[in-house]
This record gives sequence, structure tokens and C-alpha cells, in this order.
Amino acid sequence: MEKLEPTFSKGGKAAWLHSTFDAFDTFLFVPSTTTKCGSQVRDCVDLKRLLIIVVLALVPAFLVGTWNIGVQHAQAFGLADWGLWECFGYGLLRIIPLYLVSYLVGLAIEFAGAQIKGEEVSEGYLVTGFIIPLIVPVDIPLWTLAIAVAFATIIGKEVFGGSGMNIWNPALLARAFLFFSYPTKMSGDTVWTGGVSRYLSERTCWFQGNGLVDGWSGATPLASNLATATPESLAQNGFGLWDLLIGNVGGAVGETSVIAILIGAVILLATGIASWKIMLSSVLGALLVGWLGNIGGATTLPCYYQLLLGGFAFGTVFMATDPVTSAQTECGKWIYGFLIGALCVTVRLFNPGYPEGMMLAILLMNTFAPLIDHCVINASIRRHYKKLA
Amino acid sequence: MFETIKLKKGLNLPLKGQADKAVLMEVTPGLVALKPTDFKGLVPKLLVKEGDTVKAGSPLFADKMDQRILFTSPVSGKVQSIVRGEKRKLLAVVVKADAQQVYENFPEHDLEAMSGEQIKDLLMKTGLWASMIQRPYGIVPKADAKPKAIFISAFDTAPNAPDMQYVLGDCAADIQRGITALKKMTGVAVHLCLEAATYSCNPLHRMDDVVLHVFEGPHPTGNVGVQIHHVSPIVKGETVWTISPVFLAAIGKLLSSGKLDLTRLVVVTGSCSNKSGYVRMLPGTCMSELTEVLGNTDGVRVVSGNVLTGTAIGVDGYLGYFDNQISLLQEGDYREMFGWANPIRSKLYSYSKAYLSWLCPRKKYGMDTNVHGGVRAFMFNKVYSDVLPMYIFPVFLCKACMTKDIDAMEKYGIYEVLPEDLATCEFVCPSKVEWQKAIGEGIDLMLKEMA
Repeated sequence: MEKLEPTFSKGGKAAWLHSTFDAFDTFLFVPSTTTKCGSQVRDCVDLKRLLIIVVLALVPAFLVGTWNIGVQHAQAFGLADWGLWECFGYGLLRIIPLYLVSYLVGLAIEFAGAQIKGEEVSEGYLVTGFIIPLIVPVDIPLWTLAIAVAFATIIGKEVFGGSGMNIWNPALLARAFLFFSYPTKMSGDTVWTGGVSRYLSERTCWFQGNGLVDGWSGATPLASNLATATPESLAQNGFGLWDLLIGNVGGAVGETSVIAILIGAVILLATGIASWKIMLSSVLGALLVGWLGNIGGATTLPCYYQLLLGGFAFGTVFMATDPVTSAQTECGKWIYGFLIGALCVTVRLFNPGYPEGMMLAILLMNTFAPLIDHCVINASIRRHYKKLA
Repeated sequence: MFETIKLKKGLNLPLKGQADKAVLMEVTPGLVALKPTDFKGLVPKLLVKEGDTVKAGSPLFADKMDQRILFTSPVSGKVQSIVRGEKRKLLAVVVKADAQQVYENFPEHDLEAMSGEQIKDLLMKTGLWASMIQRPYGIVPKADAKPKAIFISAFDTAPNAPDMQYVLGDCAADIQRGITALKKMTGVAVHLCLEAATYSCNPLHRMDDVVLHVFEGPHPTGNVGVQIHHVSPIVKGETVWTISPVFLAAIGKLLSSGKLDLTRLVVVTGSCSNKSGYVRMLPGTCMSELTEVLGNTDGVRVVSGNVLTGTAIGVDGYLGYFDNQISLLQEGDYREMFGWANPIRSKLYSYSKAYLSWLCPRKKYGMDTNVHGGVRAFMFNKVYSDVLPMYIFPVFLCKACMTKDIDAMEKYGIYEVLPEDLATCEFVCPSKVEWQKAIGEGIDLMLKEMA
């Protein structure tokens, strides 16, 4: 690396690639920079470390989700002899292209952006790029994913000045972009199961057995009519309590397994990276509205089911707690999280055409987080001076 | 009488190299420098030229805005050099000390007989006026300013800080005289802040003419800025003066003997110092006089002050005017392969729980000057308020300073802080933002705009 450095530094042949070189260089070695002013010693933690822990926390959801791709596929095509490894292998086969697209497109834009600005490449995309494939349907066409990633990175992040300056969670923005631009590829019952979209259009896919099983619907638990669904009716459709916890149900790749997400939550909370206040208040918000909806007759499901369905758990643990786009003040975090949970369930219960409320709830509260902070800070400053007077 | 103010937030850095309570040597002054850069916001007017003979207490330069405020030589001797930097900015006046010290005599020093105005004139003439710091902004006090209070922090919580009780030794009578003088001069309350653990055996807790406060908590609880914030916060238009007890003792000695004597105990700390302990010396003493104590300084950074707020002065540098600590740090200009991915890194300390150092809270670390990462935008914003025992929003304040937004700076409390108060935030910052520089630049902007 030292030998290569002159080529990439100012005046060298490949100086236009300096940020790229620097990114790889610091990926391999901690830079030798020493403190110049201010504090002479520094904590050994840096953003690379914190963000890699977030990625680590996502790994359980990734593993279970990958396995579940295979499980769903096997169910749809009646591949009864598939075991754990066949399911997992098929899942990997399907998810690796999504990751390739997500990281190649996203990192290319990040590197180019850093190069244009002459800055170091920020590590923020490590996490975003890992999340995006986990929150889209597995059958999403790769070209639409590429467009969504480009949109989220450029419009969601780079125009604001890069990681740390963005208003909205870029991964969710990618999903919202897909949702509104390509609704046919993002909703309906058939997109959530790997291989089905291709089979329906081309009558073929990699492992199709004897074709789609009769009576297979592919519906996700959230597509059930929440107004009349009961735990029993859900269980009859294959969405029992344990299925929802383990995650062998239909849905976006990473969001189905509540247990895997909880392991991630434990990692995030133990390392202090995510705010427990946001997670707890979001759960409380969802429970409250779920309970009100239950006694008010909007739904027949007990309120705790709202925590297990759809993207609620994934959103609460990994996306509502995004430190950049969430509320920054401690009191603000309570308000922010609570409203996310409450809004998510409200959208689910009172908007039947639109079952997944989590994405919009988080994006909406991302938008309002600065306002919440503004109010909290002003109130706090007023209180401080009142105490003085 | 008083209640203990308990602060929970903050960070005591587990740094190796705590000094023993022993005086290692008495430094005979050789080269002594007075640096205008030690005084925030000062525009100096030089009063001597190279080759002039000065006594201890003779003026070397004055404040250009108010030439009654003088800055005096701590030693007698010959002006050896006048160091200038870019645009001929005056950086230091270096005096080569005589073997036999001659003191400027200040005949009027009877505290009982003196009026407030006379005390003020005496302090300005002897250079001790500039030992006070005016907040907001941390500048030399304006001669005609009327502070709302004077604050003294009689303990230091910084990493490996000197034990102030040991440093002050038997100076209690001098300090009392200093306090009485300030009280007489300004007519405002003098607040003395002591540490909860030791206040009852500290002779300072029996001082007259003071309002006593007792604090408990981790660093930066010992910072006078934090103490002011909890006792009597500064709002727009108010000023508070602060002074270190070391200088109070000097004022007390001046009032009893009529001589300027700034000799003080300075602690030498750091895991790589030859010996660690206390050294009796003058502010501005050249580090080359301390070779015996500092030992081998290859690859070592010599810091005047503590490791969080001090200045790197180099092996030929001069101790800062306000500092009574010298910290030695290993330079960290090495490259560590996959450092950030290493799960343990047991030799390094991290406040965050992303590493495992929180599992051994008693372990001490020999730290170096490596930044351990590249500068990024703010991302994880909870950690800062955990290490700052003040009711302010540090990230918002820092961003306001970076964006030069004066209204926001006022709102988020720029009047209450000096860069040193946010040093713990800078230490823990995972984004490696230079906090103290940012806050310092914010204060410079305020000074310029509010003048």
C-alpha cells in the first residue's frame, strides 16, 4: 500500500482516484494520522467499527431470511424433499444478485461522490447496502433495484452532503421509490416468493418441480384482512404465532423472522449503538393503537400481533433507530419512536388498500424528527432559564 | 450551609502514569518565555527589544487595546529573542535568566490600607491581572468590566491532573489574601469550588470571604466552566471572572512581599516519562531544562497541560502560562492492520461498548496520539451528552459553531463554554471531529462580531 500511495496522491498519475485508494487503504489499515489540535488522545472507536457492528446485528435476519426464501419456494412448488441446506442454498442463489446490485451501484455512487467532493469515502453505505436487499421482495427485477439504489444514494444522501447529513433513511427511501414507481413489482401476492414471478411469465424457473402447487396463494400475513383476522384464522393460513416468530412466512427477505431480529436488537442495545428509547416507545405506540383498534372493533387481532406482522420489528430495530435520521434529543426519541409505532398500526388498520405502514411511518417521522428536536430543545432551554430566574 | 452538587455524567480517562507526590527537582530557570498566544484574544504591544535587561515583574508587552494591562517577565535576565510567526505575529518573548534573580519591587502592597482601585492597579502593573480569565470567551478581563461573580475551582479532575491540595501546600494564607483582595477589588461574591471527597481535610474550606460549593463527579466536573454552569450560569451580557488558586497564591505572595513570584509545582505525568512526580518551576520554563525528568523523548510528544486540553510544545517548547501539568505521550504514527475489525484490541481504551474495554473498568491504558480513524460527519450523537455534565446540547452547539450561525450559538450556550469544557466530547467522538477547534473558532467569531 505504501508503495502504491504516490501514484494516487496529489500530482500522481491516478490522483483522480485518491478517495477510492484512500477508502481501500483505510479499510485495511487504521490510518497513522496523529492528533493535531484539541484533545491529544482519542478513543479507539471509529465509524467503521460502529457500522460493522450494525451489519453484524443484521446477520441473523439475513441468515434466517435467506433460508426462508428457500422454504417459501419449496412450499410454492411443492418441493417436499428440500431440507435446510437446499433451502438455504436456493436462498443464497437468489439473494447474492440483490447484494451485488445493491453494493455495486451504491458504492460506485458513494465513491464517485466522495471523489468529486475530494473527501474520504464515508462508511455509511455499508449498512444501507446491507439493509436494502433485506427489505425488498426477493423477486424484484434487478434493474429496478439498481434504479432504486441509485435514487436513494443520490437524492436521499449525496445531495444533502453524504452520510450523516441525510434527512431520510436511505434504505427506506429505496423501498419507497420502488413502491411508488413500480407498484406492480412491489405488491400483490406473487412477488414475495422467490421464483414465482418468473414462473408466471415464462412458465419456468430454476427449481420448479411440477409447477405451482394447487391452491398456493403466496399471500403474506399482512395481506390478511386485519379487520376480521383472528389468531386462529391466521394459524390456519400458516401464520401461527411460532411461524411469525421464526419467520417461515412470506414477506420481504429480512423482515419475517422476529427472533432473528431480536438477536440483532440485543447486539445493538448491548453495544449502545441503537437507542433503547426509540425501540421501546415504538413498541408501546404500536401496542396502544393495536389495543385501541382491538377494543374499538377495527381489528379482531390482539394488540401484540401487530409487533409480529410485516416489517414492524425490522423497522423498529434497524431503521427507526438510524442515528442520523431519528430524533437527536432524548425526550424527542420517546415522541419519535412512539409516533412511529402508533402510525404504523394506524395505517395498517384504517387503510385496507395499503397494508404495510412501517415504511411510511418511519419516513414521515424522519421528516418530523427535526421539528420534534426543535420543540424539545426550546422547551428545555426555556425551563433552564426559568429555573435561573 | 452548602450542599454537594453531584454530577453523574463525564469521563475519567483511565490513563497510565499518575504521578507520585514527591518533588523531583527544583528547576533553576534558564530560558523562560512569555507567550501572548496563551492569552485568548490578546493583541500584544511589545515593550522590550532584544538585549534589554528585565527584572522579575518587569513588563514585556502590554494589551494594545488597554495599555494599563501589562504582561510581565517571570524571571530577571536579558531578553534573548523575540519570536514572531506569520505576518509578524508575536509568538513569544524569551528571556535568558540571570543566575541571581532580581525582583521588581512593588512598594504599595498593604492589603488593609489599599483601596479597590489600588489593588486593580497593582494587579495590572504586576501582570497578575492577566492571570484571571473572563467568561464568556475566556479572554483577559476588561479593565472596566464589572463581573457578576468570581469563580475558583480548587481541584482538577483532568486525566492524571495534579493534586491541587499537594500543589498548594501551605499557601492557604496567601490564597486567603488573594481572595480578600479580589473581593475588595470587585465587591462581588467569590465562589470557591471544592471536591466532595477531600473538602473537609482541605485547608481551603475554612476560607473567609467566599461562597463555598462542593462538587462530586467525573471529569470535567473540576472545570470551572461546569461549576459556573451549575451555580450561576452565564447569560448574554453577563461576565464572570475565573482564577486558578495557583495564581491566587501568587497574588497573596505579592501582597505580603511586594514581589512577583510565579514559582509553582508542576506535575510531570505520562506512562513514558522517565520519572513521574512534581517539579518546582516557573511558567514559561523551557522543556530542555527538564531533560533529567523527561528522559528519552524520541517519539514522545511533550504536552503542556493535560492530554485532553493541552498543547503540544515539543522538547524545546515552553510551559504554558496557565499550565501546571506536563503530559508525555507516545506518538501514534503507526498503521494497524484491520484495527477496526479486531474484536478485542486489549491495549486500547474505548469509552464505547463497541470494544470490550468496559469489562475491565479498573484497567489503566498507556495512550498514544493516534486518531484511530478518519474524520466523518456526525452520526452517533448520544455519546456526547453522556460525557458532558452540562444542560446543553453539545452536537447542536458544535454544528452551530461549524456553520458560523451566531443566533444558534447563543441559543445553544456558547456563553457558557470554553473549548476545554467539551474536551471529553472530542475524546469519545467516533466521527473524529475536532471539537475544541470548532468551538474555539465559534468563540473567535463571537468575539469579532460582538466587539
